[in-house]
Amino acid sequence: MWWFILQRIVATIPVMGVVALVVFFMLRLSGDPAAILAGDTATQEQIAGIRTALGLDQPIHIQFFTWIWQIVRGDLGVSLFTGLPVTTLIAQRLEPTVMLATTTIIFSVIVAVPLGVLAAWKAGTWIDRAVMILAVIGFSVPVFVMGYFLIFGFAINLRWFPVQGYTSPFVDFARFTNQIVLPTLTLSAIYIALIARITRASVIEVLNEDYIRTARAKGQIERRVLFVHALKNAAVPIVTVIGLGIALLIGGVVVTESVYNIPGLGRLVVDAITRRDYPIIQGLILFFAFVYILLNLIIDLIYTMVDPRIRY
Amino acid sequence: MKVDRRQLMAGAAATAATATLGGTGALAQAARPSGTLRVIPHASLTILDPVATTGYIVRNHGYLIYDTLFAMDEQLRPQPQMASGVEISQDRLTYRIGLRDGLAWHDGSPVTSADCVPSLTRWGRVDGLGQRLMSYVDSIETDGPRTIVIKLKRPYGLVLHSIGKLSTNVPFMMPRRFAEKPTTERTTADEQIGSGPFRFVRGEFRPGARVVYERNPNYVPRSEPPSNAAGGKRVNLERVEWINFPDPTTALNALISGEVDYYEQVPADLLQIAARAPGVKTQNFNPLGNVGMARFNHLVAPSNNVGVRRAIAQALNQRELLQAMIGNADFLRPCFSVFPCGTTFDTQIGNAIMQQGNLDAARATLRASGYNGERLVLLATTDIPIQTAMAQVVADACRRIGMNVDAQAMDWATVLQRRTSRNPVDQGGWNMFFTWWEGADLLDPVVQFALSGAGERAWVGWPNDPQMETLRSQFAEAGDAAEQKRLADAVQARALEQMYQVYTGMFFVATGFRDNVSGILNAPPFFWNITKRG
Repeated sequence: MWWFILQRIVATIPVMGVVALVVFFMLRLSGDPAAILAGDTATQEQIAGIRTALGLDQPIHIQFFTWIWQIVRGDLGVSLFTGLPVTTLIAQRLEPTVMLATTTIIFSVIVAVPLGVLAAWKAGTWIDRAVMILAVIGFSVPVFVMGYFLIFGFAINLRWFPVQGYTSPFVDFARFTNQIVLPTLTLSAIYIALIARITRASVIEVLNEDYIRTARAKGQIERRVLFVHALKNAAVPIVTVIGLGIALLIGGVVVTESVYNIPGLGRLVVDAITRRDYPIIQGLILFFAFVYILLNLIIDLIYTMVDPRIRY
Repeated sequence: MKVDRRQLMAGAAATAATATLGGTGALAQAARPSGTLRVIPHASLTILDPVATTGYIVRNHGYLIYDTLFAMDEQLRPQPQMASGVEISQDRLTYRIGLRDGLAWHDGSPVTSADCVPSLTRWGRVDGLGQRLMSYVDSIETDGPRTIVIKLKRPYGLVLHSIGKLSTNVPFMMPRRFAEKPTTERTTADEQIGSGPFRFVRGEFRPGARVVYERNPNYVPRSEPPSNAAGGKRVNLERVEWINFPDPTTALNALISGEVDYYEQVPADLLQIAARAPGVKTQNFNPLGNVGMARFNHLVAPSNNVGVRRAIAQALNQRELLQAMIGNADFLRPCFSVFPCGTTFDTQIGNAIMQQGNLDAARATLRASGYNGERLVLLATTDIPIQTAMAQVVADACRRIGMNVDAQAMDWATVLQRRTSRNPVDQGGWNMFFTWWEGADLLDPVVQFALSGAGERAWVGWPNDPQMETLRSQFAEAGDAAEQKRLADAVQARALEQMYQVYTGMFFVATGFRDNVSGILNAPPFFWNITKRG
């Protein structure tokens, strides 16, 4: 096991290297940010001065190796616009995204897994169809539409929750809870749909296995058959989809963050792309790549816990 | 001529006293500062150095934490702000500017002339108006800790107008250690120390998300009522928080629910909702408005042909353009002057071509120009709706008069990069792009950088027009208002004859605010004089 973990960690190095290479050169194709930095009335001379000051006039391979050397030293660089370290900017924005992703995944799993199991148990009945209709709706309704509906109903009309904002739970937990409810509900819809469908399909498949028939023949009660025998054996694909969901959430919450004005990583990356703030974009993509790799490793390790037959 | 401090101060007070905008209310407000004003600004603040860049959001940030030697009042006349007054020598070659009492940087150290001299010098390297001023300046020196002496090579009529400039780049005063930075280096978040009425709260700065300012308890406002950027900057709030909203609908919802107090620019399509919402008011606080502009590239064919430029101008109908750009008739104003309508130099000289919208006449002009079907490349912005609308209307009009139009869709950041290219259109060059300016940036021939005919040193598009530069210099040196007016007329005639750019009309932006907020000035978004009840 430890050898496996070590191997996987070492394997991240070439993956990150490829990501770094692709990101760096793709970004340079989109032009340089000196004109944006200089402002609307800048002359060619002023733009050239800024380009020189930022090192953007250096040959591209020199810029690349300078950046790689920075990364090797644990430095993701400095934002071209704010002058703040990229690590500081990521740290400022990481907590809201992680909190939103965490509440979303927890809520989604709590709702979706029982729904999926229920749909599988009652496969072909109106309950199954109702769950699947809800899942289709969850998949189909765009996140921003769901967000606006919830804001209109619960924030503007009923005034139960605020329209927007984020407060750290470490600062004011009650306020955090109040502010995170609507974004969590909004973002959960699609994940509830996804996890419920996968759970249903996996459990239906397992319910047709011989050992389930044997368990029932032995007189096991249905609840035990479902949650001990079936669900445990259906867990691998469910864990996979939950893991992928977390990975997608880390980088994919930008719409929800915008609708609810949550200052997370999604907005940071969109703003950086708009301004061509290379160091932030490069740093964030490397960070996202690292998170994906790490989550894949964790999922692989969880496999060994839910299915003892899997060994690395 | 010699103007002593007392005379100048008296003039300033008289001017300010005639100003409208609830200034007297400000004087009457002796209440203790309280409350936090939560503001949705029009853009996110990432660059913090208002001298090194031109963004309006950076200018607004600058007005919160910095101060200026002179500042424009409502009548757009420069009035002393940090200055106690100015003595101008008889030959108009020497300006002695004194600093008033009680000026201190946010770190507690006193403001001295040794800070102001490099501040002016740095600004003069970057800003168009500043560069022109510096071309007349022989020296800027200190005379003791409280006096700045500007010596000119020859008389220049816009010295105080320049150092009291209202809009970007504003000559803000900074501590010497920051003012001595090269213009290619910007002041950082740790260096936001000014002498203005608010202090930047470094620990709560979240670029792109949140900027916090707190009242500067040591700030000594002038005694006059506030008038535009001039007069007493009395702060009635403890804090101002700028909260960025990427989504305008959420921003308006937050204003309606009372989670924010002030929405700087409510989009035109949301105004009706805002106007109907209980507890919300909307009003335009910027009488100078904004002006749309379709800028030509004067170097590259076919827009290097003045006949082609004039044909395009003839084809455009400003009312149609404004309808597409804004839609709401209450917030647009056709304006056929190169200077904002209703301001000092607004004129009708030579503007018949702007009022036509005549496709047949445009086709005739195009034929006479020798246009031969060359590709007209438009840099069509997609992420700023006003500019998108302009590009679409212009592209349509150009097609209808028989031009070979290539409207290339791209985001504004890409436009900013592409427009620096001077290559022909088949090598990545361009012919037109679309933007807009605040009226304050277009007030006269010198302030309006888009009227520069200085070739490579002009704004992108690079018109090379010595005759225009002569007129602008004469305007700058003009001794009286009548002469300035005559020269401004001549500048307009020349600009429209050569068709530097097409002015696509004036529009106004409403600010949304809660009904417990009062004292908002008729000016750019300044936050002094504002009171929030409850």
